[in-house]
Amino acid sequence: MSTSYKVVHCLNQFFGGLGGEEQAGAAPTLVQGPKGPGLLIENSVPGLRVMSTLIFGDNYLAENTEKAVQEILNLLAPCFEGDDAGRPDLLLAGPAFNAGRYGIGCGALCQAVQERWGIPAVTAMFPENPAVALYRKTVFIAETSDDVRGMAEAIQRMTPLGLKLVRRESCLPEEDHYIAQGRRKNVRAAKTGAQRALEMLVQRLQGEPFESEYPMPVFDRVRPAPPVADMRRARLALVTSGGIVPRGNPDKIEAANAQRFGSYPIKNLQRLSSQSHQTVHGGYDPTCANGDPNRVLPLDAVRELESEGAIGSLHDWYYATVGNATSVESAQRYGQAIAKILLADGVQAVLLTST
Amino acid sequence: MVKEIERAGMTVVHACSIVPISLTVGGNRIVPTIAIPHPFGDPHLAGPEEKALRRSLVEKALQALETPIGGQTVFE
Repeated sequence: MSTSYKVVHCLNQFFGGLGGEEQAGAAPTLVQGPKGPGLLIENSVPGLRVMSTLIFGDNYLAENTEKAVQEILNLLAPCFEGDDAGRPDLLLAGPAFNAGRYGIGCGALCQAVQERWGIPAVTAMFPENPAVALYRKTVFIAETSDDVRGMAEAIQRMTPLGLKLVRRESCLPEEDHYIAQGRRKNVRAAKTGAQRALEMLVQRLQGEPFESEYPMPVFDRVRPAPPVADMRRARLALVTSGGIVPRGNPDKIEAANAQRFGSYPIKNLQRLSSQSHQTVHGGYDPTCANGDPNRVLPLDAVRELESEGAIGSLHDWYYATVGNATSVESAQRYGQAIAKILLADGVQAVLLTST
Repeated sequence: MVKEIERAGMTVVHACSIVPISLTVGGNRIVPTIAIPHPFGDPHLAGPEEKALRRSLVEKALQALETPIGGQTVFE
């Protein structure tokens, strides 16, 4: 006998077929049946049906998450609060790969729906997606590659994991390929804790590989720097991850997964303009930033405040990269390199803008 | 990048549109901005009003740089 499962699926405007960045502000809509990746989900398990698809604009959800989630819960309520026979068994969202805004949308929706209606919810992301740190403890997040080339594998992980949760079967991060939530589970072991600990110690003393049963979390926190005593005497520098570069993109900074940062002169420049600068960030609609790049790197306002004496002086260069699916390791490297240059010039304060 | 600049000893303010990301990554002085495609502006406003809005955000960032904090702080 084949069991049938009913799924509600959540997608952003791009995967939901509404459009690209120009639709990123789109309010959520609920449509019947599967869309895009939802078709793959239906095909991946016999008897599974995507009843409806909730489509939301990336910016709409990421910019004002709480309010947008409430709207979406209202949209979904008739579906989850209707008669038993029609009620969905599972919510799936994404996969979002390494897309930060999309990841936030998926994580927030999974969390809200499982809390409100007590049904399982699963999404899928690349481990470096910033939404993973926000939602992994409360939401099941299947692990994916960093971009859409891993779609088939992502679906093959996300869907069965969801069905396991529906059937209340036990899951493990290593076996079911989801990102560890940090939960502890009681299991029976053949040896006592003392025996296992001693074996581990011996392995360690002999330089052999061993696996801790309780890996320590890694916290990389930087202590807040002391405040600047007086900005009227301080030297300020501008840095952005919003992809603002001189027109023509002289350093060929990539629109996503940037492999470099650029250093650009602003000495004697009072403001950026659509003739002089542009954005090369591939993760948001460039229309506003290209129309007036000060909307991302506010040089005009900074110069105004400098001329009034509110800022001591401005460093002669600004630094830019594209923070769009850029790896943490690259961002660390750029930050370190930029810091070195700024220190050498006696900079005390930095304004870093992100989109 | 924010963290590495702060680690090197400079005081840094992160002006960004998605505050939860900055909090998760470890920004300490955070100023929320207008919107993802136009953090320091609003194309719906007339030119002078938009400029005034941008200026007020920069002023808020300067204040954040001058404010002593004990941990992560969002300057609303």
